[in-house]
Amino acid sequence: MTKLHLRANTFTLLQTVTSVGLSAAAWVVTGVRPIWNGSQPSERQRIYFANHASHGDFILLSACLSEKVRARTHAVAAAEYWGKSRLRRFIAEDMLSSVLIHRQWTDETQNPISIMLSVLDDGHSLILFPEGTRNTTEADLLPFRSGLYNLSMARPDVELIPCWIENMSRVLPKGQFLPVPLLCRVVFGPPVAISPGEERRAFLERARQTLLSLDPRPDRDD
Amino acid sequence: MTLPPMHETVILLVGLVGVLTTASIVAGILSWRAPKPLPSTLVNLNQRINAWWVMVVAITVAFFFGRTGMTILFALISFAALREFVTLTHSRRSDHWVLLGMFGIIIPFQYWLVWTAWYGLFTIFIPVYCFLLMPAITALNGDTERFLERVSAQQWAVMISVYCVSHVPALLTLNVPEGRNLLLIAFLIITVQGSDVLQYIFGKLFGRHLLSPSVSPSKTWEGLIGGLVASSLLGALLSFLTPFSPLAAAGVAFIACLMGFLGGLVASAIKRDQGVKDWGHLIEGHGGMMDRADSLVFAAPVFFHIVRYFWTV
Repeated sequence: MTKLHLRANTFTLLQTVTSVGLSAAAWVVTGVRPIWNGSQPSERQRIYFANHASHGDFILLSACLSEKVRARTHAVAAAEYWGKSRLRRFIAEDMLSSVLIHRQWTDETQNPISIMLSVLDDGHSLILFPEGTRNTTEADLLPFRSGLYNLSMARPDVELIPCWIENMSRVLPKGQFLPVPLLCRVVFGPPVAISPGEERRAFLERARQTLLSLDPRPDRDD
Repeated sequence: MTLPPMHETVILLVGLVGVLTTASIVAGILSWRAPKPLPSTLVNLNQRINAWWVMVVAITVAFFFGRTGMTILFALISFAALREFVTLTHSRRSDHWVLLGMFGIIIPFQYWLVWTAWYGLFTIFIPVYCFLLMPAITALNGDTERFLERVSAQQWAVMISVYCVSHVPALLTLNVPEGRNLLLIAFLIITVQGSDVLQYIFGKLFGRHLLSPSVSPSKTWEGLIGGLVASSLLGALLSFLTPFSPLAAAGVAFIACLMGFLGGLVASAIKRDQGVKDWGHLIEGHGGMMDRADSLVFAAPVFFHIVRYFWTV
Protein backbone atom coordinates (compact mmCIF):
# COMPACT_ATOMS: atom_id res chain seq x y z
CA MET A 1 0.00 0.00 0.00
CA THR A 2 2.86 2.41 0.75
CA LYS A 3 3.82 2.37 -2.89
CA LEU A 4 0.46 3.78 -3.86
CA HIS A 5 0.68 6.66 -1.44
CA LEU A 6 4.03 7.68 -2.83
CA ARG A 7 2.63 7.88 -6.35
CA ALA A 8 4.76 10.43 -8.17
CA ASN A 9 3.35 13.09 -10.45
CA THR A 10 5.85 12.31 -13.17
CA PHE A 11 7.05 9.17 -14.86
CA THR A 12 10.33 7.48 -14.12
CA LEU A 13 12.75 7.49 -17.06
CA LEU A 14 11.76 3.90 -17.88
CA GLN A 15 8.07 4.81 -17.83
CA THR A 16 8.63 7.86 -20.07
CA VAL A 17 10.61 5.84 -22.60
CA THR A 18 7.98 3.08 -22.54
CA SER A 19 5.09 5.46 -22.91
CA VAL A 20 6.62 7.50 -25.74
CA GLY A 21 7.80 4.33 -27.50
CA LEU A 22 4.44 2.57 -27.23
CA SER A 23 2.53 5.64 -28.38
CA ALA A 24 4.79 5.95 -31.42
CA ALA A 25 4.38 2.23 -32.15
CA ALA A 26 0.60 2.57 -31.79
CA TRP A 27 0.65 5.35 -34.37
CA VAL A 28 2.80 3.38 -36.82
CA VAL A 29 0.62 0.29 -36.56
CA THR A 30 -2.86 1.82 -36.25
CA GLY A 31 -2.52 5.50 -37.22
CA VAL A 32 -4.58 6.07 -34.07
CA ARG A 33 -6.65 9.26 -33.97
CA PRO A 34 -8.65 10.59 -31.03
CA ILE A 35 -12.13 11.87 -31.82
CA TRP A 36 -13.44 14.15 -29.10
CA ASN A 37 -17.17 13.82 -29.45
CA GLY A 38 -18.83 15.35 -26.39
CA SER A 39 -15.75 15.97 -24.25
CA GLN A 40 -12.44 17.77 -24.71
CA PRO A 41 -8.84 16.93 -23.81
CA SER A 42 -8.29 18.16 -20.28
CA GLU A 43 -5.92 17.81 -17.37
CA ARG A 44 -8.72 17.47 -14.85
CA GLN A 45 -9.12 14.27 -12.91
CA ARG A 46 -11.03 11.64 -14.83
CA ILE A 47 -11.90 7.98 -15.07
CA TYR A 48 -11.66 6.95 -18.70
CA PHE A 49 -13.76 3.83 -19.20
CA ALA A 50 -13.52 1.81 -22.39
CA ASN A 51 -14.47 -1.39 -24.17
CA HIS A 52 -11.85 -4.10 -23.81
CA ALA A 53 -10.82 -6.76 -26.30
CA SER A 54 -7.04 -6.63 -26.42
CA HIS A 55 -3.89 -5.83 -24.47
CA GLY A 56 -3.41 -3.01 -26.97
CA ASP A 57 -6.51 -1.14 -25.75
CA PHE A 58 -4.76 0.67 -22.97
CA ILE A 59 -1.80 1.59 -25.23
CA LEU A 60 -4.14 3.01 -27.85
CA LEU A 61 -6.12 5.02 -25.32
CA SER A 62 -2.96 6.42 -23.68
CA ALA A 63 -1.56 7.34 -27.09
CA CYS A 64 -4.53 9.71 -27.47
CA LEU A 65 -3.69 11.60 -24.26
CA SER A 66 -1.01 14.26 -23.89
CA GLU A 67 2.30 13.22 -22.35
CA LYS A 68 1.50 15.28 -19.25
CA VAL A 69 -1.93 13.68 -18.76
CA ARG A 70 -0.46 10.24 -19.45
CA ALA A 71 2.03 10.60 -16.59
CA ARG A 72 -0.90 11.01 -14.19
CA THR A 73 -3.21 8.38 -15.68
CA HIS A 74 -3.06 4.72 -14.72
CA ALA A 75 -4.69 1.72 -16.31
CA VAL A 76 -6.38 -0.69 -13.94
CA ALA A 77 -5.27 -4.24 -14.69
CA ALA A 78 -6.02 -7.67 -13.25
CA ALA A 79 -3.49 -8.82 -10.67
CA GLU A 80 -4.44 -12.44 -11.45
CA TYR A 81 -2.85 -11.98 -14.88
CA TRP A 82 -0.28 -9.18 -14.56
CA GLY A 83 0.95 -10.19 -11.11
CA LYS A 84 1.50 -13.80 -12.09
CA SER A 85 5.23 -13.61 -12.72
CA ARG A 86 7.96 -11.19 -11.82
CA LEU A 87 8.35 -10.18 -15.49
CA ARG A 88 4.66 -9.43 -15.96
CA ARG A 89 4.58 -7.43 -12.74
CA PHE A 90 7.64 -5.48 -13.89
CA ILE A 91 5.97 -4.69 -17.24
CA ALA A 92 2.67 -3.72 -15.65
CA GLU A 93 3.97 -1.64 -12.74
CA ASP A 94 7.46 -0.42 -13.52
CA MET A 95 7.04 0.11 -17.24
CA LEU A 96 3.34 0.87 -17.76
CA SER A 97 2.61 2.27 -14.25
CA SER A 98 -0.63 0.30 -14.12
CA VAL A 99 -2.63 -0.32 -10.97
CA LEU A 100 -3.08 -4.01 -10.28
CA ILE A 101 -6.27 -5.19 -8.61
CA HIS A 102 -7.57 -8.62 -7.68
CA ARG A 103 -10.84 -9.60 -9.28
CA GLN A 104 -11.22 -12.32 -6.62
CA TRP A 105 -10.16 -11.00 -3.24
CA THR A 106 -10.54 -12.03 0.36
CA ASP A 107 -8.05 -9.94 2.28
CA GLU A 108 -9.28 -6.37 2.93
CA THR A 109 -5.89 -4.93 1.81
CA GLN A 110 -6.74 -6.35 -1.63
CA ASN A 111 -10.09 -4.54 -1.88
CA PRO A 112 -9.98 -3.19 -5.45
CA ILE A 113 -12.21 -0.21 -4.70
CA SER A 114 -9.98 1.08 -1.90
CA ILE A 115 -6.87 0.58 -4.06
CA MET A 116 -8.43 2.55 -6.93
CA LEU A 117 -9.72 5.23 -4.54
CA SER A 118 -6.24 5.70 -3.10
CA VAL A 119 -4.98 6.44 -6.63
CA LEU A 120 -7.78 8.94 -7.17
CA ASP A 121 -6.99 10.55 -3.81
CA ASP A 122 -3.46 11.20 -5.03
CA GLY A 123 -5.08 13.35 -7.71
CA HIS A 124 -4.46 10.86 -10.51
CA SER A 125 -6.77 9.60 -13.25
CA LEU A 126 -7.68 6.01 -14.11
CA ILE A 127 -8.30 3.99 -17.24
CA LEU A 128 -10.90 1.36 -16.43
CA PHE A 129 -12.32 -1.50 -18.45
CA PRO A 130 -15.68 -2.08 -16.73
CA GLU A 131 -16.38 -5.31 -18.60
CA GLY A 132 -13.80 -6.79 -16.25
CA THR A 133 -12.13 -8.95 -18.86
CA ARG A 134 -11.23 -8.96 -22.55
CA ASN A 135 -14.36 -9.48 -24.62
CA THR A 136 -13.91 -12.39 -27.02
CA THR A 137 -17.59 -12.88 -27.79
CA GLU A 138 -19.52 -11.68 -30.82
CA ALA A 139 -21.29 -9.11 -28.61
CA ASP A 140 -20.04 -5.53 -28.95
CA LEU A 141 -19.90 -4.95 -25.21
CA LEU A 142 -20.31 -7.20 -22.17
CA PRO A 143 -22.34 -6.15 -19.08
CA PHE A 144 -20.43 -3.78 -16.77
CA ARG A 145 -19.18 -4.78 -13.35
CA SER A 146 -19.96 -2.46 -10.48
CA GLY A 147 -16.56 -0.80 -9.94
CA LEU A 148 -17.49 2.19 -12.06
CA TYR A 149 -20.59 2.78 -9.92
CA ASN A 150 -18.79 2.38 -6.60
CA LEU A 151 -15.96 4.74 -7.62
CA SER A 152 -18.37 7.35 -8.87
CA MET A 153 -20.50 7.16 -5.71
CA ALA A 154 -17.39 7.61 -3.57
CA ARG A 155 -15.81 10.39 -5.68
CA PRO A 156 -18.63 12.16 -7.53
CA ASP A 157 -16.35 15.02 -8.61
CA VAL A 158 -14.24 12.78 -10.85
CA GLU A 159 -15.47 12.90 -14.45
CA LEU A 160 -16.39 9.58 -16.07
CA ILE A 161 -15.43 9.71 -19.76
CA PRO A 162 -16.62 6.89 -22.04
CA CYS A 163 -14.01 5.92 -24.68
CA TRP A 164 -14.91 3.67 -27.60
CA ILE A 165 -11.82 1.89 -28.92
CA GLU A 166 -12.31 0.84 -32.52
CA ASN A 167 -10.85 -2.21 -34.25
CA MET A 168 -8.29 -3.12 -31.61
CA SER A 169 -9.76 -6.61 -31.29
CA ARG A 170 -8.78 -7.14 -34.92
CA VAL A 171 -5.33 -5.60 -34.55
CA LEU A 172 -4.28 -7.72 -31.59
CA PRO A 173 -6.82 -10.43 -30.72
CA LYS A 174 -6.59 -12.20 -27.39
CA GLY A 175 -3.88 -14.86 -27.52
CA GLN A 176 -1.86 -13.20 -30.32
CA PHE A 177 1.32 -11.22 -29.81
CA LEU A 178 1.98 -9.71 -33.26
CA PRO A 179 -0.34 -6.83 -34.25
CA VAL A 180 -1.91 -6.55 -37.70
CA PRO A 181 -1.74 -2.94 -38.93
CA LEU A 182 -5.30 -1.61 -39.16
CA LEU A 183 -6.59 1.92 -38.69
CA CYS A 184 -8.04 2.61 -35.24
CA ARG A 185 -9.88 5.51 -33.69
CA VAL A 186 -10.70 6.24 -30.08
CA VAL A 187 -13.95 8.16 -29.63
CA PHE A 188 -14.18 10.12 -26.38
CA GLY A 189 -17.82 10.75 -25.45
CA PRO A 190 -19.66 13.11 -23.11
CA PRO A 191 -19.07 12.62 -19.35
CA VAL A 192 -21.50 10.27 -17.60
CA ALA A 193 -22.61 11.16 -14.06
CA ILE A 194 -24.86 9.34 -11.59
CA SER A 195 -28.26 11.01 -11.35
CA PRO A 196 -29.59 11.58 -7.82
CA GLY A 197 -31.13 8.37 -6.55
CA GLU A 198 -30.08 6.37 -9.62
CA GLU A 199 -29.89 2.70 -8.83
CA ARG A 200 -26.63 0.80 -9.44
CA ARG A 201 -27.77 -1.46 -12.25
CA ALA A 202 -29.61 1.32 -14.07
CA PHE A 203 -26.53 3.54 -13.94
CA LEU A 204 -24.21 0.80 -15.18
CA GLU A 205 -26.54 0.02 -18.09
CA ARG A 206 -26.79 3.71 -18.97
CA ALA A 207 -23.00 4.08 -18.92
CA ARG A 208 -22.76 0.98 -21.09
CA GLN A 209 -25.29 2.31 -23.62
CA THR A 210 -23.46 5.66 -23.76
CA LEU A 211 -20.24 3.85 -24.56
CA LEU A 212 -21.94 1.70 -27.22
CA SER A 213 -23.49 4.76 -28.85
CA LEU A 214 -19.99 6.10 -29.58
CA ASP A 215 -19.19 3.25 -32.02
CA PRO A 216 -18.64 5.20 -35.26
CA ARG A 217 -19.06 2.21 -37.58
CA PRO A 218 -21.77 2.68 -40.17
CA ASP A 219 -24.64 0.23 -39.74
CA ARG A 220 -23.72 -2.99 -41.47
CA ASP A 221 -24.93 -6.54 -41.16
CA ASP A 222 -21.68 -7.73 -39.59
CA MET B 1 20.46 2.53 -63.96
CA THR B 2 22.00 5.90 -64.65
CA LEU B 3 21.13 9.27 -63.20
CA PRO B 4 18.27 11.08 -64.96
CA PRO B 5 19.31 13.76 -67.46
CA MET B 6 20.10 16.89 -65.44
CA HIS B 7 18.54 19.45 -67.73
CA GLU B 8 15.07 17.83 -67.78
CA THR B 9 15.17 17.21 -64.02
CA VAL B 10 15.77 20.90 -63.33
CA ILE B 11 12.95 22.02 -65.66
CA LEU B 12 10.65 19.48 -64.01
CA LEU B 13 11.40 20.67 -60.47
CA VAL B 14 11.17 24.35 -61.35
CA GLY B 15 7.87 23.68 -63.12
CA LEU B 16 6.41 21.76 -60.15
CA VAL B 17 7.49 24.38 -57.62
CA GLY B 18 6.11 27.09 -59.93
CA VAL B 19 2.69 25.42 -60.23
CA LEU B 20 2.42 24.77 -56.50
CA THR B 21 3.60 28.27 -55.61
CA THR B 22 0.99 29.74 -57.96
CA ALA B 23 -1.66 27.53 -56.37
CA SER B 24 -0.59 28.60 -52.88
CA ILE B 25 -0.64 32.30 -53.83
CA VAL B 26 -4.07 32.05 -55.49
CA ALA B 27 -5.47 30.15 -52.50
CA GLY B 28 -3.84 32.71 -50.17
CA ILE B 29 -5.50 35.62 -51.98
CA LEU B 30 -8.87 33.82 -52.02
CA SER B 31 -8.58 33.10 -48.28
CA TRP B 32 -7.54 36.69 -47.55
CA ARG B 33 -10.56 38.11 -49.38
CA ALA B 34 -13.07 35.53 -48.15
CA PRO B 35 -15.31 36.18 -45.11
CA LYS B 36 -14.01 34.76 -41.84
CA PRO B 37 -14.32 32.04 -40.67
CA LEU B 38 -13.29 30.56 -44.00
CA PRO B 39 -15.89 28.52 -45.88
CA SER B 40 -15.12 24.79 -45.74
CA THR B 41 -14.29 24.59 -49.47
CA LEU B 42 -11.45 27.07 -48.98
CA VAL B 43 -10.20 25.36 -45.83
CA ASN B 44 -10.16 22.11 -47.79
CA LEU B 45 -8.41 23.77 -50.76
CA ASN B 46 -5.67 25.11 -48.46
CA GLN B 47 -5.24 21.71 -46.80
CA ARG B 48 -5.05 20.01 -50.18
CA ILE B 49 -2.42 22.40 -51.53
CA ASN B 50 -0.33 22.06 -48.36
CA ALA B 51 -0.58 18.27 -48.63
CA TRP B 52 0.57 18.52 -52.26
CA TRP B 53 3.70 20.34 -51.09
CA VAL B 54 4.43 17.53 -48.64
CA MET B 55 3.82 14.85 -51.29
CA VAL B 56 6.02 16.60 -53.87
CA VAL B 57 8.83 16.98 -51.32
CA ALA B 58 8.55 13.28 -50.32
CA ILE B 59 8.66 12.11 -53.94
CA THR B 60 11.53 14.48 -54.78
CA VAL B 61 13.61 13.18 -51.86
CA ALA B 62 12.93 9.59 -52.97
CA PHE B 63 13.75 10.63 -56.55
CA PHE B 64 17.28 11.66 -55.59
CA PHE B 65 17.86 8.35 -53.80
CA GLY B 66 17.10 6.55 -57.06
CA ARG B 67 15.79 3.01 -57.12
CA THR B 68 16.30 2.42 -53.39
CA GLY B 69 14.48 5.62 -52.47
CA MET B 70 11.59 4.99 -54.84
CA THR B 71 11.25 1.35 -53.75
CA ILE B 72 11.09 2.31 -50.07
CA LEU B 73 8.67 5.19 -50.71
CA PHE B 74 6.24 3.01 -52.67
CA ALA B 75 6.54 0.15 -50.18
CA LEU B 76 5.39 2.63 -47.53
CA ILE B 77 2.56 3.80 -49.79
CA SER B 78 1.53 0.15 -50.21
CA PHE B 79 1.61 -0.29 -46.44
CA ALA B 80 -0.68 2.70 -45.88
CA ALA B 81 -3.02 1.69 -48.71
CA LEU B 82 -3.23 -1.95 -47.61
CA ARG B 83 -3.92 -0.88 -44.03
CA GLU B 84 -6.84 1.24 -45.21
CA PHE B 85 -8.15 -1.50 -47.48
CA VAL B 86 -8.03 -4.25 -44.85
CA THR B 87 -9.56 -1.97 -42.23
CA LEU B 88 -12.64 -1.56 -44.42
CA THR B 89 -13.15 -5.23 -45.22
CA HIS B 90 -14.65 -7.99 -43.14
CA SER B 91 -12.16 -10.25 -41.37
CA ARG B 92 -12.36 -12.76 -38.57
CA ARG B 93 -10.12 -13.74 -35.72
CA SER B 94 -8.90 -16.75 -37.71
CA ASP B 95 -7.56 -14.45 -40.46
CA HIS B 96 -4.87 -13.07 -38.16
CA TRP B 97 -1.92 -14.93 -39.67
CA VAL B 98 -2.95 -14.31 -43.27
CA LEU B 99 -3.35 -10.60 -42.54
CA LEU B 100 0.04 -10.52 -40.80
CA GLY B 101 1.59 -12.22 -43.82
CA MET B 102 0.14 -9.61 -46.16
CA PHE B 103 1.95 -6.85 -44.29
CA GLY B 104 5.00 -8.71 -43.06
CA ILE B 105 5.85 -10.95 -46.02
CA ILE B 106 4.03 -9.94 -49.20
CA ILE B 107 4.89 -6.21 -49.11
CA PRO B 108 8.61 -6.66 -48.30
CA PHE B 109 9.05 -9.54 -50.74
CA GLN B 110 7.25 -7.85 -53.65
CA TYR B 111 9.34 -4.70 -53.21
CA TRP B 112 12.52 -6.72 -52.81
CA LEU B 113 11.70 -8.25 -56.21
CA VAL B 114 11.34 -4.71 -57.61
CA TRP B 115 14.60 -3.64 -56.03
CA THR B 116 16.54 -6.62 -57.44
CA ALA B 117 14.71 -6.29 -60.80
CA TRP B 118 13.58 -9.95 -60.77
CA TYR B 119 10.88 -9.37 -63.37
CA GLY B 120 9.77 -12.99 -63.84
CA LEU B 121 8.83 -13.52 -60.21
CA PHE B 122 7.66 -9.93 -59.73
CA THR B 123 4.79 -10.46 -62.19
CA ILE B 124 3.55 -13.78 -60.78
CA PHE B 125 4.39 -13.76 -57.08
CA ILE B 126 1.10 -12.16 -55.99
CA PRO B 127 -1.38 -13.26 -58.70
CA VAL B 128 -0.23 -16.87 -58.68
CA TYR B 129 1.53 -17.86 -55.47
CA CYS B 130 -0.14 -15.53 -52.98
CA PHE B 131 -3.55 -16.08 -54.53
CA LEU B 132 -3.20 -19.84 -54.12
CA LEU B 133 -1.49 -19.91 -50.73
CA MET B 134 -3.59 -17.31 -48.90
CA PRO B 135 -6.91 -19.19 -49.26
CA ALA B 136 -5.05 -22.43 -48.52
CA ILE B 137 -3.91 -21.03 -45.18
CA THR B 138 -7.42 -19.74 -44.48
CA ALA B 139 -8.86 -23.20 -45.26
CA LEU B 140 -6.27 -24.91 -43.05
CA ASN B 141 -7.44 -22.64 -40.24
CA GLY B 142 -10.83 -24.32 -40.64
CA ASP B 143 -13.03 -21.26 -40.35
CA THR B 144 -15.45 -21.35 -43.31
CA GLU B 145 -17.76 -18.56 -42.16
CA ARG B 146 -18.09 -16.12 -45.14
CA PHE B 147 -14.99 -17.84 -46.57
CA LEU B 148 -15.29 -16.67 -50.18
CA GLU B 149 -15.97 -13.08 -49.15
CA ARG B 150 -12.96 -12.95 -46.80
CA VAL B 151 -10.60 -14.61 -49.27
CA SER B 152 -11.72 -12.38 -52.16
CA ALA B 153 -11.31 -9.23 -50.10
CA GLN B 154 -7.80 -10.27 -49.01
CA GLN B 155 -6.75 -11.08 -52.57
CA TRP B 156 -8.07 -7.87 -53.98
CA ALA B 157 -6.48 -5.92 -51.14
CA VAL B 158 -2.98 -7.15 -52.06
CA MET B 159 -3.71 -6.86 -55.78
CA ILE B 160 -4.72 -3.21 -55.53
CA SER B 161 -2.49 -1.93 -52.77
CA VAL B 162 0.67 -3.96 -53.33
CA TYR B 163 0.81 -5.50 -56.81
CA CYS B 164 -0.53 -2.52 -58.76
CA VAL B 165 1.33 0.11 -56.73
CA SER B 166 4.63 -1.78 -57.08
CA HIS B 167 4.49 -1.20 -60.85
CA VAL B 168 5.45 2.44 -60.27
CA PRO B 169 8.97 1.76 -58.91
CA ALA B 170 9.21 -1.26 -61.24
CA LEU B 171 9.50 1.26 -64.09
CA LEU B 172 13.05 1.73 -62.80
CA THR B 173 13.94 -1.85 -63.75
CA LEU B 174 13.16 -1.33 -67.44
CA ASN B 175 15.86 -0.60 -69.94
CA VAL B 176 14.61 2.74 -71.20
CA PRO B 177 16.68 4.91 -73.60
CA GLU B 178 18.97 7.46 -71.90
CA GLY B 179 18.11 6.17 -68.41
CA ARG B 180 14.90 8.19 -68.35
CA ASN B 181 13.18 5.79 -65.91
CA LEU B 182 12.85 8.24 -63.03
CA LEU B 183 11.50 10.87 -65.38
CA LEU B 184 8.93 8.34 -66.63
CA ILE B 185 7.73 7.92 -63.04
CA ALA B 186 7.43 11.70 -62.80
CA PHE B 187 5.52 11.74 -66.12
CA LEU B 188 3.09 9.05 -64.89
CA ILE B 189 2.46 10.65 -61.51
CA ILE B 190 2.08 14.20 -62.84
CA THR B 191 -0.29 13.28 -65.69
CA VAL B 192 -2.47 10.95 -63.61
CA GLN B 193 -2.62 13.14 -60.49
CA GLY B 194 -2.95 16.23 -62.71
CA SER B 195 -5.84 14.52 -64.46
CA ASP B 196 -7.60 14.04 -61.10
CA VAL B 197 -7.29 17.77 -60.43
CA LEU B 198 -8.27 18.72 -64.01
CA GLN B 199 -11.31 16.42 -63.98
CA TYR B 200 -12.34 18.02 -60.68
CA ILE B 201 -11.92 21.56 -62.07
CA PHE B 202 -13.75 20.80 -65.36
CA GLY B 203 -16.47 19.07 -63.40
CA LYS B 204 -16.90 22.09 -61.08
CA LEU B 205 -16.94 24.54 -64.00
CA PHE B 206 -18.98 22.73 -66.64
CA GLY B 207 -20.35 19.58 -64.95
CA ARG B 208 -24.01 18.99 -65.88
CA HIS B 209 -24.48 15.30 -66.59
CA LEU B 210 -23.70 12.82 -63.84
CA LEU B 211 -21.70 9.92 -65.13
CA SER B 212 -22.65 7.31 -62.58
CA PRO B 213 -24.88 8.84 -59.89
CA SER B 214 -25.22 5.57 -58.01
CA VAL B 215 -21.42 5.36 -57.55
CA SER B 216 -20.21 8.93 -57.25
CA PRO B 217 -22.23 12.15 -56.92
CA SER B 218 -19.35 14.29 -58.20
CA LYS B 219 -18.14 12.59 -61.40
CA THR B 220 -19.61 14.14 -64.55
CA TRP B 221 -19.18 13.54 -68.30
CA GLU B 222 -18.01 17.13 -68.74
CA GLY B 223 -15.39 16.68 -66.01
CA LEU B 224 -14.18 13.39 -67.48
CA ILE B 225 -13.90 14.58 -71.10
CA GLY B 226 -12.44 17.98 -70.23
CA GLY B 227 -10.00 16.41 -67.77
CA LEU B 228 -8.86 13.72 -70.20
CA VAL B 229 -8.33 16.15 -73.08
CA ALA B 230 -6.44 18.58 -70.83
CA SER B 231 -4.27 15.87 -69.28
CA SER B 232 -3.45 14.46 -72.74
CA LEU B 233 -2.24 17.96 -73.69
CA LEU B 234 -0.29 18.03 -70.40
CA GLY B 235 1.24 14.70 -71.45
CA ALA B 236 2.27 16.12 -74.84
CA LEU B 237 3.77 19.12 -73.07
CA LEU B 238 5.79 16.79 -70.81
CA SER B 239 7.01 14.57 -73.67
CA PHE B 240 10.50 16.12 -73.26
CA LEU B 241 10.81 14.00 -70.08
CA THR B 242 10.19 10.76 -71.94
CA PRO B 243 11.31 8.75 -74.92
CA PHE B 244 7.83 9.37 -76.44
CA SER B 245 7.09 11.74 -79.32
CA PRO B 246 4.63 14.51 -78.32
CA LEU B 247 1.76 12.69 -80.06
CA ALA B 248 2.65 9.36 -78.44
CA ALA B 249 3.00 11.09 -75.06
CA ALA B 250 -0.51 12.48 -75.43
CA GLY B 251 -1.80 8.98 -76.29
CA VAL B 252 -0.01 7.31 -73.37
CA ALA B 253 -1.20 10.04 -71.00
CA PHE B 254 -4.75 9.58 -72.30
CA ILE B 255 -4.71 5.82 -71.61
CA ALA B 256 -3.09 6.25 -68.18
CA CYS B 257 -5.58 8.94 -67.18
CA LEU B 258 -8.54 6.92 -68.45
CA MET B 259 -7.33 4.00 -66.31
CA GLY B 260 -6.90 6.47 -63.46
CA PHE B 261 -10.50 7.57 -63.85
CA LEU B 262 -11.67 3.94 -63.72
CA GLY B 263 -9.56 3.41 -60.59
CA GLY B 264 -11.26 6.34 -58.91
CA LEU B 265 -14.66 5.01 -59.93
CA VAL B 266 -13.94 1.53 -58.54
CA ALA B 267 -12.58 3.03 -55.31
CA SER B 268 -15.79 5.07 -54.98
CA ALA B 269 -17.87 1.93 -55.47
CA ILE B 270 -15.96 0.13 -52.71
CA LYS B 271 -16.33 3.08 -50.34
CA ARG B 272 -20.04 3.33 -51.10
CA ASP B 273 -20.48 -0.40 -50.52
CA GLN B 274 -18.74 -0.12 -47.15
CA GLY B 275 -20.63 3.05 -46.18
CA VAL B 276 -17.67 5.41 -45.78
CA LYS B 277 -16.77 8.70 -47.43
CA ASP B 278 -12.98 8.43 -47.27
CA TRP B 279 -10.51 5.55 -46.94
CA GLY B 280 -8.77 7.16 -43.99
CA HIS B 281 -7.27 10.38 -42.67
CA LEU B 282 -3.59 10.13 -43.48
CA ILE B 283 -3.41 13.09 -45.89
CA GLU B 284 -5.01 16.24 -44.52
CA GLY B 285 -7.77 17.50 -46.84
CA HIS B 286 -7.53 14.52 -49.21
CA GLY B 287 -8.62 11.64 -46.96
CA GLY B 288 -6.57 8.46 -46.85
CA MET B 289 -3.69 7.20 -48.96
CA MET B 290 -6.09 5.28 -51.21
CA ASP B 291 -8.14 8.43 -51.82
CA ARG B 292 -5.04 9.96 -53.38
CA ALA B 293 -3.58 6.82 -54.96
CA ASP B 294 -6.71 5.13 -56.40
CA SER B 295 -6.08 6.53 -59.88
CA LEU B 296 -2.37 5.69 -59.84
CA VAL B 297 -3.20 2.13 -58.80
CA PHE B 298 -5.10 1.43 -62.02
CA ALA B 299 -2.83 3.48 -64.27
CA ALA B 300 0.56 2.13 -63.16
CA PRO B 301 0.43 -1.48 -64.48
CA VAL B 302 -0.96 -0.40 -67.86
CA PHE B 303 1.60 2.39 -68.20
CA PHE B 304 4.32 -0.09 -67.23
CA HIS B 305 3.25 -2.55 -69.93
CA ILE B 306 3.00 0.13 -72.64
CA VAL B 307 6.53 1.33 -71.86
CA ARG B 308 7.84 -2.20 -71.64
CA TYR B 309 6.42 -3.32 -75.00
CA PHE B 310 7.04 -0.21 -77.06
CA TRP B 311 9.91 1.73 -75.58
CA THR B 312 12.47 -0.58 -74.00
CA VAL B 313 15.72 -1.17 -75.87
